[in-house]
Amino acid sequence: MRQVYLDHQASTPVLPEVFDAMKPYFTEAFGNASSLHQHGLRVREALKRSRGQMAALINADSAEEIFFTSDGTESANLAIKGVAYANERRGKHLVVSATEHPSVMQSVEFLERQGWTCTRVPVDADGTLQLEALRAAIRPETVLVAVHHVNHDIGTIQPIREVGRVCAETGVPLYVDCEASAGWLPVDVREFGAAMVSFSPHRFYGPKGVGVLYRNKKARLVSVIHGGVQEGGRRAGTENIPAIVGGGMAAEISLTELPRRIAHTATLQSRLWKGLKERIPYIRLNGPEPGPRRISTNLNLSTEFIEGEGQLLLCDLNGIAVASGSSCVSKSLKISHVLAAIGLDHALAQGNIIMTLGMANTVEDVDYTLETFAKIVTKLRGMSPMWDEFQRGVIDSVIAPTGRGKSFSQHAADVSGKAAH
Amino acid sequence: MSETYTLYNSTVMEHFMNPRNMGDLKDADGVGEVGAAACGDIMKISLKISNGRIEDARFKTFGCGSAIASSSMATELIKGRTIDEAMNFSNQEVVDALGGLPPVKIHCSVLAEEALKAALEDYVKKHPELAHKSPASETVAA
Ligand code: FES
Repeated sequence: MRQVYLDHQASTPVLPEVFDAMKPYFTEAFGNASSLHQHGLRVREALKRSRGQMAALINADSAEEIFFTSDGTESANLAIKGVAYANERRGKHLVVSATEHPSVMQSVEFLERQGWTCTRVPVDADGTLQLEALRAAIRPETVLVAVHHVNHDIGTIQPIREVGRVCAETGVPLYVDCEASAGWLPVDVREFGAAMVSFSPHRFYGPKGVGVLYRNKKARLVSVIHGGVQEGGRRAGTENIPAIVGGGMAAEISLTELPRRIAHTATLQSRLWKGLKERIPYIRLNGPEPGPRRISTNLNLSTEFIEGEGQLLLCDLNGIAVASGSSCVSKSLKISHVLAAIGLDHALAQGNIIMTLGMANTVEDVDYTLETFAKIVTKLRGMSPMWDEFQRGVIDSVIAPTGRGKSFSQHAADVSGKAAH
Repeated sequence: MSETYTLYNSTVMEHFMNPRNMGDLKDADGVGEVGAAACGDIMKISLKISNGRIEDARFKTFGCGSAIASSSMATELIKGRTIDEAMNFSNQEVVDALGGLPPVKIHCSVLAEEALKAALEDYVKKHPELAHKSPASETVAA
């Protein structure tokens, strides 16, 4: 069976060159970078080189501004909590977009329980941040603005330069989560006007176990992990040298490959979305149309009248790896907060499927996915009471309303005796 | 990939991939449709009943893999049961017959129990002469 990996947003395989670069650091170059002997000094060199490679990827002024963490979640925690604690006496107000990653959202919620306040800036139906609302949200006591570059869920590219300008005007440092963009789209901390940027090599053919936080002098930051002087005292703990070395190599390769990556994934993205639209009635793309406002790797879909987990399982049984933001897939039984923030109808959020493309995907993969996915949708619709009730005019389509029948949400509330969330 | 890993056990996967009794019954004697408050999914069960016994059952489900497998298994289990027996049907029977469900997915089997009971209630409503001798009114009114 053909294997089609369409979950590059979750993780990517390590490139052979990257793996080769890492190998010696598991065995002969095993030293601890804090040691003062040959073994330690040797890996210090490797650390330094990787810092330079990471700085180059995001056009940072100096390698000194690069901090290594364990992953993207830790970077976000450090950025949010580190700045909040460092500026406690200046002000206890934060501003974030409503569609940040959970690592940002939950760090903020943690601080709110300790007396900080936070304004969540709404996004429009495509997931684009509303700049006027951002401007209005910033107060004299605001110590940080956090807005992602590309949305991890629906692929929306934020107007980050404009966000940077608003922050510069008000003098508030800006943290930009670039987890979904770095390695796939140019990231330029200077152009962004960002005080902090985070990204993770495992999203662009590097290893897991290392995350990066860039921070310049505009953001005061204290450590949230204590017990050592690593990373300039901003992040205690023994560095994961093999991952840092591999991550640096992955960053260097990404920088040169960037135009090719964008071209390759954009071609497949438009073929995939065009094919899906042609083959499957009542399917919707969440987020902007493919083009300058959407990252070329992401398609976030809602297939009406069926649920997402079933689609995901049947895709997997056919060799196609995808993700879903349906409530049935999450342990909390809640739909993705991003889909809720763009005001997506619950019925459509339940039918959510996320496909994210990468360099190994081919035109044949896309065509196989189109053919297979259309069959899966037909099978699941055949099993769905909603599809049947739509045919009989009991409920209406959200995607292409016919004017007959009640809404799915009304129907769901009627039969469950409770409004869906 | 040489090995295959699955989210659910092989019985659940089998019922998800090849669901039994999927569809509607033309002249159903009782139809129940319920929604899960927890996740927003919907299940519908149709019953053919004669001489106080469930002769046939069908389901349609808008829901996760576990919900589809649960409705498939529930319709298998209740065929041949009397109305009274079916009224005492519990989701635990579905869970056991499926060889277990992940904790977060137990509510999907509850949905199957509720859809079955809603279908029985619908039948009893159409046959008021049965209401007095069936525990249905108590169970279902809750
Ligand atoms: S029915 Fe929604 S999680 Fe199973």
